[in-house]
Amino acid sequence: MSDIAVKVENLGKKYVIGHCEEEYACFNEYLTGIGKNILRRLKNPLKPYDVSLELEDFWAVRNVSFELKKGDRLGIIGHNGSGKSTTLKMLSRITTPTEGRITMCGRIASLLEVGTGFHPELTGRENIYLNGSILGMTRAEIRAKFDEIVEFSGVERFLDTPVKRFSSGMYVRLAFAVAAHLNPEILVVDEVLSVGDVEFQKKCLGKMQDISSDNGRTILFVSHNMGAIQTLCNKGLVLEQGKVIYCGEIGEAVRHYIESRKMAANQPLAERSRKSWVDGRIRFTRCVLKNCEGEEVFSVPLGAKAVFEVDFDSQEDMDGDIQLSLSFYNSSNVRLATLSTRNLSMMTRIRKGSNQIRFIVPRMPLYPDLFSVCLYAEKDNSGMAHITDAATFQTTAGSFYIPSSFSNPYKSLVAIDYAIEMVQ
Amino acid sequence: MKPEEKVLIIEANRTGMLYLRDFWNYRELFFTLAWRDIVVRYKQTIVGILWTILRPLATMVIFTVVFGKIAKLPSDAGVPYVLMVFGGMLPWQFISGTITMGSDTLVGNRGLISKVYFPRIIIPTARTIMSLVELLINAFLFVLLFIWYRYMPNWHVVFLPVFLLMAVLLALGVTYFISSLNVKYRDFQYVVPFIVQLGLYISPIGFSSAVVPEKWRLLYACNPVVGIIDGIRWCLFDSPLMMESVIAAAVISVAFFLLGIWFFRKTESEFADFI
Repeated sequence: MSDIAVKVENLGKKYVIGHCEEEYACFNEYLTGIGKNILRRLKNPLKPYDVSLELEDFWAVRNVSFELKKGDRLGIIGHNGSGKSTTLKMLSRITTPTEGRITMCGRIASLLEVGTGFHPELTGRENIYLNGSILGMTRAEIRAKFDEIVEFSGVERFLDTPVKRFSSGMYVRLAFAVAAHLNPEILVVDEVLSVGDVEFQKKCLGKMQDISSDNGRTILFVSHNMGAIQTLCNKGLVLEQGKVIYCGEIGEAVRHYIESRKMAANQPLAERSRKSWVDGRIRFTRCVLKNCEGEEVFSVPLGAKAVFEVDFDSQEDMDGDIQLSLSFYNSSNVRLATLSTRNLSMMTRIRKGSNQIRFIVPRMPLYPDLFSVCLYAEKDNSGMAHITDAATFQTTAGSFYIPSSFSNPYKSLVAIDYAIEMVQ
Repeated sequence: MKPEEKVLIIEANRTGMLYLRDFWNYRELFFTLAWRDIVVRYKQTIVGILWTILRPLATMVIFTVVFGKIAKLPSDAGVPYVLMVFGGMLPWQFISGTITMGSDTLVGNRGLISKVYFPRIIIPTARTIMSLVELLINAFLFVLLFIWYRYMPNWHVVFLPVFLLMAVLLALGVTYFISSLNVKYRDFQYVVPFIVQLGLYISPIGFSSAVVPEKWRLLYACNPVVGIIDGIRWCLFDSPLMMESVIAAAVISVAFFLLGIWFFRKTESEFADFI
């Protein structure tokens, strides 16, 4: 047992979703609910009362099991709503599991948010103490690390100013500085790196790496950023709809996740439910990526030609102020580029029935990552169709600048055309 | 490996085992939260902590004028009306203040509850510390008033802590109930002001219990605040004391406290899901 830090067995969390006003009611509704039930029973005394009519069980997480040795760094990967956060909440004891068991050895700290409990009226100094003890540090520990925390945050000058007067950047820096000086044996971290500017994110990531390189520290880490996960973690847990689809080595886990994304994108577009704010006059039916030879592919190399072929049905003939667009989101969910008919001031004419449009990228400028495609159509500034995750594709190593050479030492996201001149 | 290696087991329906130890482990957070509540309370006010004594002083003046001068209610034998009112005022402000401010503490701290674990009972309990500090400050003022009126309590004063403890238990018990109910049913934030207002009329704050007609006495004694305030007045001024009301106050206070803890514990695990 001694080298095992975290052991999770058959963990499950059930929520009850009310289809009537039964759950999360105000007391009054609760009473009328009782009244209705009594009435129903009186009308129909013989019929058994069917609870499942009103309430539906929803398992946010089920049958999750894994084991971590001391020093393991686990990345938890999954789409939104796959149960990552619920799992973390159970691990950090915020909610109790409905079934299953978690055993943990050692001091635990969880960081689900930076700046938990910061009070706007208190000064920076006071908030360091407050936030520190909320995160589980003792006063003595905070006092010992106080100067380090202040230095890391870089807000010395404002230490005695109420944090409500801080800029949001200063606020986040101070909050992260406290969190970064936590010293537990087991650390549970939610997607906290997605706050702040890029510079700050890099600093946080560096700090996280420092922490994790210190052996014997066990880390559970949730992120959408595959890059960060792969550099930080040695193990991966892939969740989908509350179930584990893979648990093991991190590279393999990321591959499984990409596979699952592909599968999700395979659900026919025409069958996806319509967003409420679009009128549905246009319906996207297909979106595929083709390479320079016109073959349907999942990945294209950097610098190669890529064609996105999009089919859609229209209910009527249309022309005028129409925009059709396609955007790329990377694995950190950042929109990197939008290809739009409006950018090219194209006059678009749509026929009733099926149409096809092609978005052509002559040289793919996106560095290797996993991307999702979002489709959008509007006429006279009102949305007609909108589909996120319409397709998923990845880019692989390739050459954008000099033939047959690939390097990305500065971890750029996109390559652009440029020239450099020496001016003497 | 450290000798005090802790093993934590989290299971469904297994939150209760080590509650007291958990509370002890989080004592620093308890004091930090209490400190926060006290510090934040009078931030950005001009007179700051002075509000603590201004409020009961103003209320005391009003009560003395309305009940003592206008309605001409009698004071307890030989006691200045001002002192008598103050003796009822302080415990009442402690109890009502704790309940009023304690009942929405959980909702007010929802950021903490949904992001960090700690025994939740710390939050409403830490609020009591704030009320206790205010009570202490006012007690000091009370002592000054005693000196001003050259009034000396007799040996009964040694029982004062007993009645104060009853007040603490009662206030905490009610706070536990209402604050946890308030998580799921926000209706209770509207109920509390009514309870407090009602309490002000049915408890001997601006008047002496002696003015209550004999036939209503028993019903009147069912209000635990009556026993507590009369007890405190007995300690300080040797006012007449009904044993029934003291027993009722003791039983109800302890019962509220224990049931409050039990109820809080029962609902606590769901807080993060409902808040």
